[in-house]
Formats: sequence, structure tokens, C-alpha cells
Amino acid sequence: MVQKNEAVIVTEHLTKRYGSKIAVNDLNLTLRKGEAFGLLGPNGAGKTTTILMLLGLTEPSAGRASINGKDCTKDPLAVKSVVGYLPDNVGFYGDMTGRQNLRFTGRLNGRGGEELEKRIDSLLERVGMTEAADQKASTYSKGMRQRLGIADVLIKDPEVIIMDEPTLGIDPEGMRELLNLMRELSQEDGRTLLISSHQLHQIQQICDRVGIFVEGKLIACGNLKELEDHIRKDGHFELELGAAPCDDRLLGMLQSQQGIESIEKQGDLLLIHSRKDIRAELSRFLGESGYTILHLHQRGGDLDEIYRRYFEKAGQSDERNQFGKEKKKGFRFRKPSKAKA
Amino acid sequence: MAKKKRRASDSGSLQKQKPRSATGRHALFCKELGDHLHSRRFLIIVFLIVVTSFASLYGSISGLSEALESDSNFIFLKLYTSGGSSIPSFTSFIALLGPIVGLALGFDAINSERSGGTLNRLVAQPIYRDSIIIGKFLAGTAVIAMMVFSMGIAIGAIGMYATGLVPETEEVMRIFVFLFFTVVYISFWLALSILFSVLCRHTATSALASIAVWIFFAIFMSLVASIVANAVYPMTNDYEALVNSMGNYTLEIGMNRISPYYLYSEAVSTIMNPTVRAINAVTMDQLVGAISGYLSFGQSLLLVWPHLVGLAAMMLITFGLSYIGFMRQEIRAN
Repeated sequence: MVQKNEAVIVTEHLTKRYGSKIAVNDLNLTLRKGEAFGLLGPNGAGKTTTILMLLGLTEPSAGRASINGKDCTKDPLAVKSVVGYLPDNVGFYGDMTGRQNLRFTGRLNGRGGEELEKRIDSLLERVGMTEAADQKASTYSKGMRQRLGIADVLIKDPEVIIMDEPTLGIDPEGMRELLNLMRELSQEDGRTLLISSHQLHQIQQICDRVGIFVEGKLIACGNLKELEDHIRKDGHFELELGAAPCDDRLLGMLQSQQGIESIEKQGDLLLIHSRKDIRAELSRFLGESGYTILHLHQRGGDLDEIYRRYFEKAGQSDERNQFGKEKKKGFRFRKPSKAKA
Repeated sequence: MAKKKRRASDSGSLQKQKPRSATGRHALFCKELGDHLHSRRFLIIVFLIVVTSFASLYGSISGLSEALESDSNFIFLKLYTSGGSSIPSFTSFIALLGPIVGLALGFDAINSERSGGTLNRLVAQPIYRDSIIIGKFLAGTAVIAMMVFSMGIAIGAIGMYATGLVPETEEVMRIFVFLFFTVVYISFWLALSILFSVLCRHTATSALASIAVWIFFAIFMSLVASIVANAVYPMTNDYEALVNSMGNYTLEIGMNRISPYYLYSEAVSTIMNPTVRAINAVTMDQLVGAISGYLSFGQSLLLVWPHLVGLAAMMLITFGLSYIGFMRQEIRAN
């Protein structure tokens, strides 16, 4: 059993400014040993900047970050010897074979000889690259590069693995393998994983906790249940309802109900926005009125919904703070149409 | 069981937690060296240098009998310094083409790593960031040194075989000093191209920029120098010529010496030609009582010592700039 309570990655008030733009804003984050943490956010939210600061590759403007108790800025070498980093768009030297690339990384980590060769062989097998190992890296597909990248990260036997957009541009089959591999790293090896992504579904499958990152701010953090509850507290519910017969009388009756804000019709389903959870009342009411409930689903349970909601919230607070002015116009124009949809 | 294994590997990683910077630098150096030696680009350069060297050797051997008639001392050096009727000498070929070697080895040193996505991976390894650029520079310099010395020695060996001449100790020493100068000279161009590879995002831009600098120094610097010298010390009439000629010449030569191409050419022609007794303007006054003869090796070396220091300084300053640039740059994928 891996001790779960030991903090591995700690950031305190981590901030990075580029000129007047704030890339990362007062980030406080604690990752425990063996945890898989997903850093979710749209492009340009400051995820990569955060990762670079954790690796000591970029100096924070304020605050500090530490991994295993070692300061990321002052002692980057000690940090980098226990942290494996898989950058987005990982590249390999094209005129070297996959095996040679791994060997080079091993040498950079001060390994060598028979031990390194054995390790390379076992890692290649683990990521399913044994057959392609002696081809030139320039012939590899994106998925193969990603798998070789994981082998490359594992060469130094890291305690912490940081992945930047690992699932970007991978086909479904490759994705499944990659996710399995990542799950293995976290659950069987007990390594701490920090995965940045804007693809929710993958994150959902692997991560114990997620943090939602918008405009350099961590606006929510916790496991799925916590995030869900957090949203509930806002007092905004969306209920999908499918009932037979679905007629105007139903619509009229629903509108007369208390607590319902608005009703939209989406195909066969009615989308009901309300201030509180009305499932119990609604089902009783419908049953009494002689309707059959075909479908009743409270939205917000999946990460997709949570994600969307948080982005909406962040966008609203943005406009309130007049930050929107600095942004590209396109974004502001897109906003209303998104809300309608 | 699995836990034990994990523990064991953990303690292993604890032991290697103090990575020595030399490990990474050595690994990088070896990798870069291997890359250079295996690359097609290197083969092309070697081919270019070999062809021009043998052409110049052929030229100098065919013109050797004429050179012998005028001066029969230090003939072995003539293999390097004299050309045929239309073929330039080995030394002038190297002065002109050497930069190409340096530029070709370095123009994509950093930016190709950046665009290939390998720089990210590299800097995430437990090595100091400067190891990357130092390793690249040292590997390039090593390649240059190997190439220059093997070419220089090959020319001498073939010359010996073809002509039956045997070099004297002093000639051998002069040749080695010349080859050393060449290494420093080409390394300067390597440092310059690495600087551009740090500054420019695209390899094509950095290649063009470094070639532009090379052409400027090789061709236009002398024009600029003479224009400036004539502007500062005009020599349009006899009187001005009388008063200004010394200043004009000194200024022009001083400006020319900014160009590493000129500096190198001057140093090489001094070291490879013992009859060169002075490199600055000499007044009639100073020449009174001078006996025409050869300069000893030590004295020739003394004459070009400032050149060596200048070239080395240029090389180190350029490399220093690229070092600083690289260390201060953000490591980002795009």
C-alpha cells in the first residue's frame, strides 16, 4: 500500500505574469502521493506554464512550488531527477531509432551499461513498442511517439509523472491503450500523476481529483462528487424530462409549478431549469396527472456538464471584472451564441 | 512484493539524486558528436573541403618549380600557401570556405530542437540547462578540430609523397599553429551560427542570417573600411595624400581587422610566410638598417599573438551571447 497522505507536489500562491498578462494567478495546490490529478482547462489557461514552473523551467513571479519538499526554482535538478515530464507534442530525434532515443535519455540520467539496456527492453515491451524500437523515430506516428514518450519518462523511474495534453490527437484505439497505461502507472506503480488536458472524458477515466483552470485561476478543485455538489449549491438545476403524452397541457402544467424557471423543448425531451431539486415533486405530480415518465435525468453528473458550467461561471465573473476588454473580440462575440446553445 | 520492488527502486533513485553535471554534458557531447559524424550534411562539407584541398594541392605542386626559383627556403610551407595559375592556395580556400563548415554545423543547433519538440524533453532531464549549449558547442568544435587537423596533415603527407620534400621542425610547428588558428577561426563561425539558432525561430532564418554575416565580412567589410578611411582621412590631392596616408592606412587596416576573415588571413599569411616581418605600416625610418631575412618562429608567433587573442575573444564573446540568450529564453513548445 502506498501512503496516500504524504504531500508530494505543493504550490503556494504560485503566480506567473508575462507583462501585464497573468498566466497563472495565485495557485494553491497540494497533490498527495499516489494520486492522479487532472488539470482541466481550455487552451491558454496557464496549464503548461504551471507545469513549467513545477519543473523549474520557468521562474514564478511570486509564490513557490515544491516537489518532495524540494523547491522547484532553487533546486530544479533534484526535482527533475524524480519527476518525469511528457510534454505536449513530444518529439524525438528523427535520425535515431526509438531505442537510441531512450538510451540517450538514460545516459542523461546517469544510467548506463547492461542495466539500462534491460530497462529499455522492459519499458519498450510495457508500452508495446518492441517491434518498432529499431525503426527511425521520424517514421513514428503520433500515437507511437506518445507511447515512446511514456517509456522515455519511465526510464528514470520517476515518482511523479507530469503529462501535458497526453491524449491530444490520438486515435480511439491508441487512446484506449494510452489510458490503460496511464491508469497502470497510477494504480499499480503508485506514482503520482499530474495530467493536464482539455479533454474531459479521458481525465474522468483516470483521475482521482480534478482541478478546473480558467484564465490562470483554479476555480474549482476536488473529486467529481465534490464538484457536482459545488455546482448544486448555486441552486441551478437542469432536468431532462421525457413524458408521454408530451403535449401542450403538460407544458402549461409544468409552467405553473413552483420553482421552475424556464422550460425548453429539445426534440422529444423537455429541458427544465429550476432553482431546486424538483424530481420528487415532479414525478409525483406527473404520476397523479396520468403521464408516463419515459426519461428523467438530472444533468450535471458528468464532468462535461461540470466543466461547461464552470466555464460559464468563469466567463461571467470575467465580464463583471471587465477583464473581457483585454481579450480578443472574437471571444466576446462567440459568447452569447454559446449561451443560447 | 510489488511494494518491496518499488521501495528498492526508490532507494535506487535516492542514490542517483545527486546528478553530476558532467554526466549530462558528456552524454550530450557524445550524442552531438555522433549526430554530426553521421549526418549527411557533414559528408557534404567533408566532400567540399576535400575537393578544394586537393585542387589547391594540385595547383601548388604544379607551380612549385616557379616558386622554388624565387625563394628556395621554407618550400614545404609553399604547399599550403601557394596556388597554381588559377587555383587559390589551401590557406585562402580555408579562409573562404571554413566559415561554411562552422555555419553548417551550428545553424540549427537550438531551433531545430525547439521545433522538433525535443528541447522540452531534454530540459526536463536532470541536467543543467547550460550543458545543452555547451555540449553542442564543444561537439561542434571537436568535429572542426578533427576535420581541420586531418585535412592539414593529409595535405602535408600527400605533398611529401608527391614531391619528396621533407619538412623541417620549424615548418611543422608553423603548420600546427596555422591549423590551430583555423580551428579557432571556424569555431567562431560555429559560435555565431549557434547564436543565430538561439535567436531565430526557424532554421532557414538562422542559416540565412549567418550566411549574410559571412558574406559581409568576407566581401563587403574591406569596401566599408576603405570608404570610411577615405572619408576620415581624405586623399584626393597630393597634399592630403602626404599628410593623411599614414592615418588612412592605419584606420583602414584597423577596421578590416574587425572582420574575422581579415584577421585570420593576415595571421595565417604571417605565420606561414617567414618573410613577412611586419603587419602594420612601416616607415622608412624604421626600415633603416634592417637586414632582409627570415623571421624566426617565435617572432612570427609574437606578431600574430594579438590576432589569436582577438579571434579567441570573438569566438568566446559570440558563444557567451548565445549562452546568455539560451539561458534567458523561455522553454515553450511553440
